[in-house]
Amino acid sequence: MNFQFQFEPVFAQADVLLDGLLLTLELAGAGIVLGGLLGTLLALLRRLVPGLRLVIGAYVEIVRNTPFLIQLFIVYLGLPQIGIRLTPEQAAVITMTLNLGAYTTEIVRAGLDSVHPSQIEAGLSLALSRWQVLRHVVLAPALARVWPSLSSQFVLMLLSSSIFSFISVQELSGAASNVEQDTFKSFETYIVVTAVYLGLAMGLRLILMGLGAVLFPAGSGLGRLRQAAGNR
Amino acid sequence: MIRQFGVDEFIFILGSAKWTLVLTFIALALGSVFGFIIALARVSRFAPLRMLAGAWIGIVQGVPVLMLLFLSYFGLAIAGLDLPPMIAAGISLSLYAGGFLGEIWRGAIQSVPHPQWEASAALALTRTQQYRYVILPQAVRIAVPPTVGFVVQLVKNTAIVSIIGVVELARAGHLINNATFQPFKVFAVVALIYFCICWPISLLARRLERGVHAGRPG
Amino acid sequence: MPVVRVDDVHKRYGALEVLKGVSMAVERGEVVAIIGRSGSGKSTLLRCLNGLEPIQSGRIEVAGHVLDASGRGLRALRKDVGIVFQSYNLFPHLRVAENIMLAPRVALGLSKREARARAEATLAQVGLAEKIEAWPDNLSGGQQQRVAIARSLAMQPKVMLFDEVTSALDPELTGEVLAVLETLARDGMTMLLVTHEMAFARRVADRTIFMHQGLLHEEGPSEEVFGAPRTPELRQFLSGGLK
Repeated sequence: MNFQFQFEPVFAQADVLLDGLLLTLELAGAGIVLGGLLGTLLALLRRLVPGLRLVIGAYVEIVRNTPFLIQLFIVYLGLPQIGIRLTPEQAAVITMTLNLGAYTTEIVRAGLDSVHPSQIEAGLSLALSRWQVLRHVVLAPALARVWPSLSSQFVLMLLSSSIFSFISVQELSGAASNVEQDTFKSFETYIVVTAVYLGLAMGLRLILMGLGAVLFPAGSGLGRLRQAAGNR
Repeated sequence: MIRQFGVDEFIFILGSAKWTLVLTFIALALGSVFGFIIALARVSRFAPLRMLAGAWIGIVQGVPVLMLLFLSYFGLAIAGLDLPPMIAAGISLSLYAGGFLGEIWRGAIQSVPHPQWEASAALALTRTQQYRYVILPQAVRIAVPPTVGFVVQLVKNTAIVSIIGVVELARAGHLINNATFQPFKVFAVVALIYFCICWPISLLARRLERGVHAGRPG
Repeated sequence: MPVVRVDDVHKRYGALEVLKGVSMAVERGEVVAIIGRSGSGKSTLLRCLNGLEPIQSGRIEVAGHVLDASGRGLRALRKDVGIVFQSYNLFPHLRVAENIMLAPRVALGLSKREARARAEATLAQVGLAEKIEAWPDNLSGGQQQRVAIARSLAMQPKVMLFDEVTSALDPELTGEVLAVLETLARDGMTMLLVTHEMAFARRVADRTIFMHQGLLHEEGPSEEVFGAPRTPELRQFLSGGLK
């Protein structure tokens, strides 16, 4: 075997990869924000409206026990059958939101469960409104405590966005398969793209750590909850 | 000619679940060996070994499974190994499983309290004997629930290898969909089969986890 | 010929010097108590004696095995030197019998039958023969500590080290552990004990060492050390109670 690495043809197509990278960032960004919000909302609803517990639980279990790829096929290929037509990008964001929403629901639920009921009573007895108690006594400590787990889940979501190439979205791995077909340098292309994903994942992790430090500052009570969870 | 989604199609999809299970099993078996080595390297007294294992875990957890698949697939081809897609798929999933299992098991080994190392060292056990008789038996108990939980991730990620032509559940669904043009029905059935495989494992993992916590005071 | 010999041992954790040149000797069959405030280095000294803590300089010889800064020959030494910890440290996944049999089998290479015989004998010695099939979780703290003593005894050590073995126990459980120690002492075991039980040390130990700020501050026959302390630090320590 005498294989010689040739990265030049791949780098010559850097603009294609760069476009893909941008689309990955846009899609993953949208999916993470929407999925994170959906999950937090559902976790709260699950707790506040006992009647919804079963429905939300079923949604979480179904999503967590089926592959992301199949969920994507159902949204992109299946929904048009009942009259809902989506562009590949729309399908991608919707699938991500639904998928990440389920994982976030489960993670935030664990955080909410860790807030002792006596804390809520204490808050109410101090004449805080229900909304104030929810925000300051329940939600903030819960999110601080699960921030490290949420961050890991968000990074996984970013990486999972690579399968949107299956429905020919031209995000990073979709762009990679174009470059690969143009240059016939499959191995080199995927080495480069893998390195870019690694950088993206590390970057997102850093951003989330920074965001955690801003939202739940070190030295504050919330910061201590976050750090305790991260050190486990 | 467009076929209807009938019993034959269903049976074809159901039969392909066998390959999903085979892939899971291969990845779990090879990945366990690999993960065990990585976990031990991660807690080794030899710093370069720790760093190497840490780097591997960082890479596997920081890149998409799809990229691991392509790199194995094309990398093996370049190395002159003309392997069937099934093997490349098995290898890439094993690498993936090894990284995640290695990290889970490192955590389990390190959560065995330090005095257990001291007590066994004071009884003149060698390091290997300490691992074999004292540390690992305790680490295994801690590691079982998250390991079972990871199997669910593994089953789901086998769907990705459909892209290199391994006819497992996801690929079978795709093929049937191309013949019947009933994607909603087809992929709902595929999802249901995945669910029937994954859900019991998830429940088992959760039950084991409660067992571990119930067994320990405090 | 002393069984334990410590020459000018220095031990540091980073910049903090915990042992600042300790020298001492223990004769065969002697029972020596080590007392002192927390942070005086007494537990560290004990842990150095079987190599759980490496030393930076000096020389330790126990039961004919030499320990220096290189840390060689540790396992041979540990076969002859038993240690019992404050927190018992039984192996939670093994029954009492297996806890005791493990080291004789894998470290000394005894057969299962021989190891079992040792487990039975040492458990009888600590008065727990009937607990041989019990799980550690199901024993009281005092019983766990007695099993830990039996586990060490099963190696048939030449020297036994006891590191505050009653400190984690409720007062009503310390008696049963001290009784076991007293029997061992009477049977001629060479023992070093770090302890807060002053009355016990005075009654059972032939000699008592008072450690202060990483040094051997005062030592002598227990009756003298407790009855007529010479240095103000020891007088203050003894009158100040346990702290």
